[in-house]
Amino acid sequence: MADTVLNSPNIKKLSAKDFRSDQENRWCPGCGDHGILNSVQKAMADMDFKKEDYAVISGIGCSSRFPYYMDTYGFHTIHGRAAAIASGAKCANPDLEVIQVSGDGDALAIGGNHFIHAVRRNIDMTILLFNNEIYGLTKGQYSPTSNHGMVTKTSPFGTIEEPFKPSQLAMGAGSKFYARSLDTNIKLTTEIVKAASDHKGTSIVEVLQNCVIYNDGAHSIITDKATKEDYTVIIEHGKPMIFGKEKNKGLIMGGNGKLVVVTIGEHGITEEDVLVHDAHTEDPHMHWLLSSMMAPEYPVALGVIRDVDSTSYDEKMVQQIEDIKAISSIKSMDDLLNSGDTWVVE
Amino acid sequence: MSQKTKIIEREEVVIRFSGDSGDGMQLTGTQFSDTSALFGNDVATFPDYPAEIRAPQGTVGGVSGFQLHFGHQEIYTPGDYADVLVAMNPAALKANLKWVKASGTIIVNEDSFTDKNLEKAGYESDPLLDDKLADYNLIKAKVTSLTRECLKDSGLDQKSILRCKNMFTLGMVYWMFDRPLDHSEDFIEKKFKKYPLVVDANKKVLKAGYNFAKTIEALPYNYSVAPAKIRKGTYRNITGNKATAWGLMAAAERANLELFCGSYPITPATEILQELAARKDLGVKTFQAEDEIAGICTAIGASFAGDFAVTTTSGPGLALKTEAAGLAVMTELPLVIVNVQRGGPSTGLPTKTEQSDLLQAIHGRSGECPMPVIAASTPSDCFHYAFEASRIALEHMTPVILLTDGFIANGAEPWRIPTMSELPEIVAPIAKEGDDFLPYAREEKRLSRRWAIPGTKGLEHRIGGLEKIDGVGTVSYVPENHQVMSDIRKKRVELVADNIPELKVKGKDDADVLVVGWGGTYGHLTTAVRELQKEEKSISLAHFNYIFPLPKNTAEVLGRYKKIIVCELNDGQFAEYLRSTFQDIKFEQHNKLMGLPFTVVELKERFNQLLEEK
Ligand SMILES: Cc1ncc(C[n+]2csc(CCOP(=O)(O)OP(=O)(O)O)c2C)c(N)n1
Ligand code: SF4
Repeated sequence: MADTVLNSPNIKKLSAKDFRSDQENRWCPGCGDHGILNSVQKAMADMDFKKEDYAVISGIGCSSRFPYYMDTYGFHTIHGRAAAIASGAKCANPDLEVIQVSGDGDALAIGGNHFIHAVRRNIDMTILLFNNEIYGLTKGQYSPTSNHGMVTKTSPFGTIEEPFKPSQLAMGAGSKFYARSLDTNIKLTTEIVKAASDHKGTSIVEVLQNCVIYNDGAHSIITDKATKEDYTVIIEHGKPMIFGKEKNKGLIMGGNGKLVVVTIGEHGITEEDVLVHDAHTEDPHMHWLLSSMMAPEYPVALGVIRDVDSTSYDEKMVQQIEDIKAISSIKSMDDLLNSGDTWVVE
Repeated sequence: MSQKTKIIEREEVVIRFSGDSGDGMQLTGTQFSDTSALFGNDVATFPDYPAEIRAPQGTVGGVSGFQLHFGHQEIYTPGDYADVLVAMNPAALKANLKWVKASGTIIVNEDSFTDKNLEKAGYESDPLLDDKLADYNLIKAKVTSLTRECLKDSGLDQKSILRCKNMFTLGMVYWMFDRPLDHSEDFIEKKFKKYPLVVDANKKVLKAGYNFAKTIEALPYNYSVAPAKIRKGTYRNITGNKATAWGLMAAAERANLELFCGSYPITPATEILQELAARKDLGVKTFQAEDEIAGICTAIGASFAGDFAVTTTSGPGLALKTEAAGLAVMTELPLVIVNVQRGGPSTGLPTKTEQSDLLQAIHGRSGECPMPVIAASTPSDCFHYAFEASRIALEHMTPVILLTDGFIANGAEPWRIPTMSELPEIVAPIAKEGDDFLPYAREEKRLSRRWAIPGTKGLEHRIGGLEKIDGVGTVSYVPENHQVMSDIRKKRVELVADNIPELKVKGKDDADVLVVGWGGTYGHLTTAVRELQKEEKSISLAHFNYIFPLPKNTAEVLGRYKKIIVCELNDGQFAEYLRSTFQDIKFEQHNKLMGLPFTVVELKERFNQLLEEK
């Protein structure tokens, strides 16, 4: 695994600025992607990897321009295929810290197949899924996460499709790490990116991102000052799930297996009654419920919702190769060429 | 060994084993060919699998065949027509009779010629009873009942007993060609080591078949095929797919890089992935992807990260890889794309051979997207050309397409094993820490950029599919820059011609007819041309392995001949490519689209026709 930068006192600690490339940023002013970029650069500066150990790999879309703005190894690939390309890079060089950047169209439409299989294999990488519920780069067509009935350039009469919930797709594919953040919450995104990077295996980080041009305000209920505190719950492992402007709302388990929003102090509810988040439990049931919560019935859950210990594909791959090498009599191509049935012509 | 009096010396013999897919014919054929190779004959083999794995038993669709050709001289093809056909059931006879030489020998399992089987095979009457086979040396053997009789006290169950019947026919054929049984006996002992009863049974049946043939004097005379005069060395039998896998691995070792293969199974390319997957002991990383697109994409990711990366597939899979192949061209990353061609568009003829992906390989990508293309021509030289494809990819920092086909991929032949030190070292232009590095800066001779592997300090950079400014690698839509970059990409592939051998012609420089071929038709074309040359016909052969770019002397070679005929298992794709490249030269064509290789007979007929014109 990569050495830490901090093991020598002579090496200066990196700052977010060290990860800024000299490329002109072409995202629209006000695009949520800017905030995410800041958060990721901050997180990288905080982490114990060397700059050259990061590989940032993206597909195609506005969000996928991300690698150009990072001063690390970067690869801007083709639409939908970033997960596969990142998987190959990680297997080739398991010491790299691989971060994949994709939009909702990139990851879940054209790249849906690669997305679920990367998660299923549990390749040790972080997938940052920028969810603006629209196609930005191609100028405003609906995406697999667009709300049912949404009017866009390719759905002038409203979509007749049901959207994916990325969290459900990830958990359905066996995800061991799922977190959700918001583009404008730099602090939370930074913390989540670090947690995702620490996790061994595929980490899915869904960042709710605002496309100011084609889907402005898609996440307004959780971004507008007036509503945001009542419609977001920031969850943390080991902490009770309390939220709201007055910090008096909480989540409890209802009798029918559904979560229920309660107010502390009403109907005899105390802080002790509120559910405490367990991100590390293997059983995905509660994580599924939490990540599926939607406003206005529920607050939208942000934070690390699921973080379960696991062994990654690349670790198993390296181990298997070591194990077979140890027991095989074939140590080189010459050995192989001369193995099995051969005969000599004098 | 033999007690026969009359021995007939033969230059070469073709045997075709055929039966239901469960009859063990592939194994029988492999055993006979291994024994012949050990004896010192040159051998070429070709298995012919049914397209449907679960075709109903006893039907023509379920017939599995294995043809082998062995001889005293160099053998280049598995042979057109068989001297001996082994038919384990009526369907096998029905499917293969047309491939038996006039007055050839046919061995049938008489027990299987029941009314039911005859009906399944589509026979209206029993061919063993009417005079349809009168011109052949027909040997009727009750293989099933004799095997059963032989093993009645073996302690094996009926099913296991019946499984041994292929050994009976193998024994018979061993007697006919005066071959020792010991190689197969060793094989049986090794294969069934854990099941002593099975070892005894198989050996017993093998001998029984041998003795049966001797008793009935299956042939009025004995064939003898003397050993071939072949080069000294250590040999093994190898199939094209195995040789391809090994060639890729050899290249990785000579380049001092780890090998990564991202792939998705598809007939007839699957064995390459399987062979590589078995080689964890040599550190090979195989990634069975979710589809062909992911196959090539994982390989591109691995190449970006510093492994020697390959992806393997067949025609429809190559179509899926197209977009990503373009990314590899844009990012100038080394990658080998192996395409084992099969028959037809779409799913077509998955188990049959064809050469019709040539233009897909040369041109089948979006944009002007040049990529070197090379083709292997025999099962064993798949090793050499896989190595060559890898060498070019790594030395020139480019994706390369290697074309093989179902015929050479599944076919096998003896191969003189090289030592690794005989193979050239491959040096990829890897940038080092402290180097003055720009992502698209080029070295002079090959115009290749350098490979800065993630993890190398100070060489952080970004690549991608968008057009870049040469040198610095910044994204650019400047019209003039795109022209410059397009020209460079073209030139880079042209420069590969400086790093490949020139074209050699078999035969005279001034022959009346030049036969031109490429890839897997090599054996048939060589045999046909050699045979005509022996008859003092004025004919030569130019066979291509380097397709794009062509060898530097191609124009000069082709320019020497008045009549050129391009022979391909497609509708004329190489001919079309040559015509557009050499517009002053006239090309005749000989093409075939039957999912089958050429026959030497048909080629000679066509060449004679051409030789006689005017
Ligand atoms: C093979 C292919 N199909 C389609 C496109 C066009 N295309 C580019 S980006 C995109 C969708 C982008 O949406 P998303 O992934 O959500 O990213 P965003 O731009 O919103 O960040 C599409 C359809 C393409 N580049 N390649
Ligand atoms: S179109 Fe939308 S997603 Fe794309 S850069 Fe502009 S605001 Fe961002």
